[in-house]
Amino acid sequence: MPFEPVVHLVPGIVEFPFREGYVRSIIYVSLYVSVTAVALSTLFSLPVAMLMGFSDFPGKQLVKSIINTGMGFPSVVVGLLVLFGVSNQGPLGDLNLIFTKEAMIMSQFVLATPPITAISLAAIRGVDDNVRDAAHVLGGTRVDVALVVIKEARYGIATAILAGFGRAISEVGSVLIVGGNITSSSGISKTRTLTTAIQLEARQGRYDTAMVLGAVLLALVLTINAVVVRLGDEGAMR
Amino acid sequence: MTIQRRRFVAALGGGIVAGLAGCSGGGGGGQSESVGVQGETLTLTTTTSTYDTGLLNDIHPDFEEMYGVTVDAVAQGTGAALESARNGDSDVVMVHARGLEDEFMRNGYGVNRRDLMFNDFVIVGPEDDPAGIRGMDSATDALNAIAESEATFVSRGDNSGTHTKELNLWEAAGTDPGGDWYQEIGAGMGEALNIANQQGAYTLSDRGTFISQRSEVDLVILVQGPIEGGPEILSNPYGVMAVNPGVHDDTNYDLAMAYIGWITSPGAQDAISSYEMNGEQLFFPRAVSEDPDFQQYVPQGWSSDSSDE
Repeated sequence: MPFEPVVHLVPGIVEFPFREGYVRSIIYVSLYVSVTAVALSTLFSLPVAMLMGFSDFPGKQLVKSIINTGMGFPSVVVGLLVLFGVSNQGPLGDLNLIFTKEAMIMSQFVLATPPITAISLAAIRGVDDNVRDAAHVLGGTRVDVALVVIKEARYGIATAILAGFGRAISEVGSVLIVGGNITSSSGISKTRTLTTAIQLEARQGRYDTAMVLGAVLLALVLTINAVVVRLGDEGAMR
Repeated sequence: MTIQRRRFVAALGGGIVAGLAGCSGGGGGGQSESVGVQGETLTLTTTTSTYDTGLLNDIHPDFEEMYGVTVDAVAQGTGAALESARNGDSDVVMVHARGLEDEFMRNGYGVNRRDLMFNDFVIVGPEDDPAGIRGMDSATDALNAIAESEATFVSRGDNSGTHTKELNLWEAAGTDPGGDWYQEIGAGMGEALNIANQQGAYTLSDRGTFISQRSEVDLVILVQGPIEGGPEILSNPYGVMAVNPGVHDDTNYDLAMAYIGWITSPGAQDAISSYEMNGEQLFFPRAVSEDPDFQQYVPQGWSSDSSDE
């Protein structure tokens, strides 16, 4: 794990009273939940953005304003709505999703989808019409044309995915409500993420350990941004 | 769009569950074979004090090993813990507000309530004690002194067991707190202690959380609870209840009952009494006693409320 060196550096600066594997497991849960949610969001958002970028249909403006509203949707409200959905009393109650990673993924999906859709849409609309026409003329099917457009718009789409990922991984309100911030008694996270762990540490007044976890979260976000930007550059050179 | 999204979310949930069908052993299915709880998960909603003090993480491995199960402890505060249980989102609930527990039982949501353990509340505040309550024998006199001097008082304001106790104390003191000096923060005990610490304010704390956090704050105990000879009104009893399978048929009732049986057993009660932090005992077992108290099963006001149902 690339984070282990950071952890070993820390004891000299602050006390770091976590059990073996604890920090690693909350990093894992944070990444698992956010990456899964963002991947699902992307699979959903890209076709929607393509559809909205290329065709006209009644109610398009309404859909657009719903997406724009969704970008500012408060995460705790999303958490509350997902809680109502997955609670034993809710419509999905039989699935026993409350206090699981799956419930957290659901709320982060709802949170990440509007920014990913909106920013992808802007990127797709920014692609020169000539590119699309050329692909058509060369005998491309609809899928071929879509792929060409996505390729042209990849920087914007990468930005969109990063924006969605940023919203998902830094989110604390909804994952606390639907996830329950659970660790096992052996100190391994089940539904505790970096953000809810920071919240817990701050709640107990252990600001120094909260800061360490905050630094880990920041490092994680920076790393992932760097990796995505790097991938984009390599793609451009090809 | 909204409808579409909801449908998608539902499909997503279904897909995930289908995908994980093999490893989702928890929840339902336990009732037909009453012995086969192995591999299942017990969801316990509880108050922050049992969790934040580290007690549950200390004693649960024994139970988990004995039955081959996992305990998911969700620390929510007494009010929220009971609400989760009411919704069938947990299997067993461990809280500290007898009045709310009785209501939960009377309304048919809980079964087999057992007294579990107790500790006490203390009134903590800054060393210089502006309201002059140090060493008072009466908790209500102390609160009235704080109110009269309008010294800052931090209230949990979160419908937790501690908050409920605090409101009961104000009522007993005959004072209706309000004004700039009375701050409802709507947060957990640890946060309340931090906020009180930063403002040089008073607050009501359970002894366990205060001890576990003492090194982080400059607050001191000014009025003691019954453990150190203070008034009985500051006692803090904890109870444990299973969620009624008649109300929510997919709760893990067998495992909940196994849990209650285990945690009220001499072994677990010993483990509770030997759990220490900074050399101090935090919780005092109450389930094992020579003269059994059958009142623990019967909520107060049972007959009057059950007659109109």
